[in-house]
Amino acid sequence: MRILVLTKPVPDPAANAERLGADLRLDRAASPTVVNGNDEYALEAALQLVEVHGGEVAILTMAPPNAIETMRKALAMGALRGVLVTDPALAGADLPTTVRVLAAAAAAESFDLLLAGLDTSDGTGGAVAAGIAARLGLPLLSAAARIEPDPAAGRVRVRRLSARGYDLLEAPMPAVISGTQALGTPRYPSLKGIMAARSRPIVTKTLADLGPGLAPEGGAWSSRVLGVEKPPSRAAGRMITVPAAEAAREVADYFVERRLI
Amino acid sequence: MGPVLLVIGEAADGHLVKLCAEVATLARTLAEAAGGSVVGLVVDAAPDAVAAELAAYLPRVVAVTAPATADETWAAHAAASARGLVDEGVTHVLAAATLDGRDVAGILVGLLDWGLLANAAGATWDGDAPVVEAMVLAGKAVTRSTLTGPTGIITVHPGAATATEAAAAGTVEARDPEAVPAVPAAVIIDRVAEAGAEVSLEEARVVVVGGRGVGGPEGFALVDELAGLLGGVTGASRASVDAGWIPYARQVGQTGKIVRPALYLGLGVSGAMQHRVGMQGSESIVVINKDPDAPMAEIADLFVVGDLFEVGPALADEIRSRRGG
Repeated sequence: MRILVLTKPVPDPAANAERLGADLRLDRAASPTVVNGNDEYALEAALQLVEVHGGEVAILTMAPPNAIETMRKALAMGALRGVLVTDPALAGADLPTTVRVLAAAAAAESFDLLLAGLDTSDGTGGAVAAGIAARLGLPLLSAAARIEPDPAAGRVRVRRLSARGYDLLEAPMPAVISGTQALGTPRYPSLKGIMAARSRPIVTKTLADLGPGLAPEGGAWSSRVLGVEKPPSRAAGRMITVPAAEAAREVADYFVERRLI
Repeated sequence: MGPVLLVIGEAADGHLVKLCAEVATLARTLAEAAGGSVVGLVVDAAPDAVAAELAAYLPRVVAVTAPATADETWAAHAAASARGLVDEGVTHVLAAATLDGRDVAGILVGLLDWGLLANAAGATWDGDAPVVEAMVLAGKAVTRSTLTGPTGIITVHPGAATATEAAAAGTVEARDPEAVPAVPAAVIIDRVAEAGAEVSLEEARVVVVGGRGVGGPEGFALVDELAGLLGGVTGASRASVDAGWIPYARQVGQTGKIVRPALYLGLGVSGAMQHRVGMQGSESIVVINKDPDAPMAEIADLFVVGDLFEVGPALADEIRSRRGG
């Protein structure tokens, strides 16, 4: 099986160093980056599938040139090669452009499954995988909790999270799947993996390599950020430090006051 | 003329998804401000009842009877019908930021090349375009964004508007489904319900969440008991899901469900940013935790410093006795 995993470098949520540039878009050089959490779950699932069914896992990233460092982390987990689409004309790209470019880059590869995180921790739009499926005319299996391909039959089954539990979906391959934490904990790269990742190829592509008309002239994006603020903070509440029985009475009083019981 | 807004209606158990009523109210307000119009769309094997519910909020609803949605992925068919309405003049599509709503939005981005403003926490109409507020970077910032062209898509978080019915109910117009889905539809082989998931977290009026402090799967008995007493639903923090104490479907937070109940009761939840993003819109927040320095103390209306296994059962008794009295 050939599995292509979208891996986006995002600001490390733990570093708390995110900064916005003059255009009010994320300054991607300001913060240390990590592979987007949900993408790591998808990558882990891809690696496990290849362990069972054979084949290779490759990663696809659209990001500034320094993304290579973050991509090495994904290669160290076990992906064999990477494709980095990077172009100054893509700085601050909007969603439709991101979808067009990634779809074009994916179409240049050959894959049975295209995996991505359900959303990213920086943008959280959760629309890229669906957009790519639509561009490429492929089935979309979103919010996967488990992926079970049948390479001989050319089909894949996915447990898709639902409000009640999950739906079991089936579609022909190639297909686009977005995944979540429910896919399982990503492995830590081994020392051997980290060493091996150094020599694994990362091919860099520019917009010109992918074809004409993928990005609007002069960054004429479809959406624009007008302003950024700190989220409103909630008014400070009340701290209750009395013994349990008394505390329980106070909480129950509060529930009654609020007509919750 | 003005813009034409389309509201994607979702059905669950034969009823309109609660969040879609908020989306419809928001769209109606935007259309009024823009001097435009608004139409709703319900695509379902049996859409009539849900379309009637949506028509309480909108002047016009298109009800597409699509038998295929009974056993094929809904978004592929719903996006096809939405696209059909775009061909008839719809300029903006508003969908709930649910899994299905995001799928429809993403498919439409791919098909139409339209811009997307995701996860609106609020929206206004300013001049020619909507302006959307959204929480980004795990709740560390709120952005105001707009569309630069005459078309676009907005996904909407719970709480962006208070669902308010229109003065008069709208008309419902029956339609046939599109011949071809927007993307090849996947087949639904089975729908599996997990225990304890009878009411969805997003729709619940009360959510009781068990965090790391509950200590293990058996600790959720207390969480379930309080949820039951309060007519609520059990949720979980990422820590307790990662520990395998409870299924992922119960997770509240950025990578789980976004909830906005009348009451959030947290037991042994410390309040990592990841979790707070998913619940900070709750009307009332009550937390029981040993550690007074837990981040949750910053946002809780009531923060009980104590052992949840002492305060929790005492609270359950208290609720029972007040019910009895």
